[in-house]
Amino acid sequence: MRRTALLGWLFFRIGSMNELQYRANFLLQLLQSAVAVGTALVVLALVYSHTEELNGWSESELLVVMGIQILLGGVIRMTIQPNMQRLMEEVRDGKLDFALTKPEDSQVLVSIRDVRIWQAVDIFSGAAVLAYGVSGLERGVTVSDVLLFFALLGVGAVLIYCFWLIVATLSFWVVDTWSILELLDGVYQTGRWPVSIYPLWLRLGVTFIVPIAFAITVPAEALTSRLEWSTVALAVGFSAALFVATRYWWRFGLRRYSGASA
Amino acid sequence: MNAEAGRVRSLLDYYVTRGRTQIQAQFQYRAATYFWLIGMLAEPIVYLVVWTTIAEQQGGSVQGITTGEFAAYYIVWTLVRNMNIVFTPYGWEWRIREGQLSAALLRPLHPLHDDLAGFAGWKVVTILLWLPIAAVLWVAFDPVLDPTLLEVAVFSLAICGAYLIRTMFLSSLGMITFWTTRVGAIFELAIALELLLSGRLVPLPLMPDWAQEVANFLPFKWSFYFPIDALVGDLSRGELLGGLAMQLLWIVVLTGLTMVVWRFAVRRYSAVGN
Repeated sequence: MRRTALLGWLFFRIGSMNELQYRANFLLQLLQSAVAVGTALVVLALVYSHTEELNGWSESELLVVMGIQILLGGVIRMTIQPNMQRLMEEVRDGKLDFALTKPEDSQVLVSIRDVRIWQAVDIFSGAAVLAYGVSGLERGVTVSDVLLFFALLGVGAVLIYCFWLIVATLSFWVVDTWSILELLDGVYQTGRWPVSIYPLWLRLGVTFIVPIAFAITVPAEALTSRLEWSTVALAVGFSAALFVATRYWWRFGLRRYSGASA
Repeated sequence: MNAEAGRVRSLLDYYVTRGRTQIQAQFQYRAATYFWLIGMLAEPIVYLVVWTTIAEQQGGSVQGITTGEFAAYYIVWTLVRNMNIVFTPYGWEWRIREGQLSAALLRPLHPLHDDLAGFAGWKVVTILLWLPIAAVLWVAFDPVLDPTLLEVAVFSLAICGAYLIRTMFLSSLGMITFWTTRVGAIFELAIALELLLSGRLVPLPLMPDWAQEVANFLPFKWSFYFPIDALVGDLSRGELLGGLAMQLLWIVVLTGLTMVVWRFAVRRYSAVGN
């Protein structure tokens, strides 16, 4: 565990130093983030200019959901996505050999090699939207709400990581994984709204097939006092099960890998 | 005169051949195209669900738009969005930065013809593959759609007009790369503006009055909201034909702009690469 943390820190430092060379990207990222947040706020303002509440969620409560979605999107693009994308490319090119021959667990290694630090801008802008939403909540939040929120956000991040790795592992069988990424990007947008507004088939889809509901709506429920303990148990149980399943799935996929280099 | 006719014929030939090869090429990637089409569905479905929820809370409609009409709007949206996919300004950026334009410049044909013909061919494939998706959406969301023959005709023309408007707009945007290679910021802003004022986010009548006023003076509405409204809405004959005229006006203006920018820009091009 200590070793993994140390290794993660090392990769983070190397990745940061690499990215720090391209400081203009920071400004670009800042602008992109501002545009994305601005558009999201406009949509929200439009929605609430026509109604008081959306399926029982007030404007501040929806800001909380939106803030979490942006924040988690930043986490995904900063750590999960670059690693998984690199994994898919390396499986195709046969460069995964270099990771597999290193004396470290392969799953750990392929999950921590890359970091895009400028994407952290989204984490901060998401947190700002989230804080703004929380400040407008009528019922207020308690310390235990906040603790539960952070715990559930962690659970959500684990779920999303597992899901991404499951999809990325598919690249051992399927060559064209680019279009799957496009699909995921689209589906992630559904997390901007509480999943309870969706029709049943879609709700089930974004809960169990793509675990967006657990990752975004459930932490938001913790902050807006609508969380039930059964949901917490389900979220934790589901993520633990998925984590184990992902590990087996990764090992299973890895057996298919034959290397394609030289 | 004969030479002129010959030129038109060979250009037409080029379009047909390029379009046909593109159809054959893209049909090979059916699965990839499907993933992409389904990924694109999330956006309209989310908006549709949000507005349907609000309409239901308020007794069936928002600003006079009923749930069935919302469903029709966002289902037709998917087709119009499809027609709005053209060669991106990021593609122009790549082309210019990496020196890919060099080969295109050697041909006795403006590169825009190649983009227009290629993407038109691809549209045939995506629209064919879109049909089953539209059928599923139709069953799932129960739209109210009852167009007249004239509306269907105007819609068919308007989505082609939309294709031309958007190609010209994004091409002239992309050509900014001739002057500066950091264009991502400008693209993002332009595309966000388009998103808000084209009707892609919400039907324009739901926007505040001043925003609708602004939208009237920009091309975005004519490449997105107008085609949808022509089919879904209840426009008079005058409004339908007037809309087509506005499209024509924007096609002429933006094509003119693209041509002018191209003339100045291409002189600045210096090939990079091996």
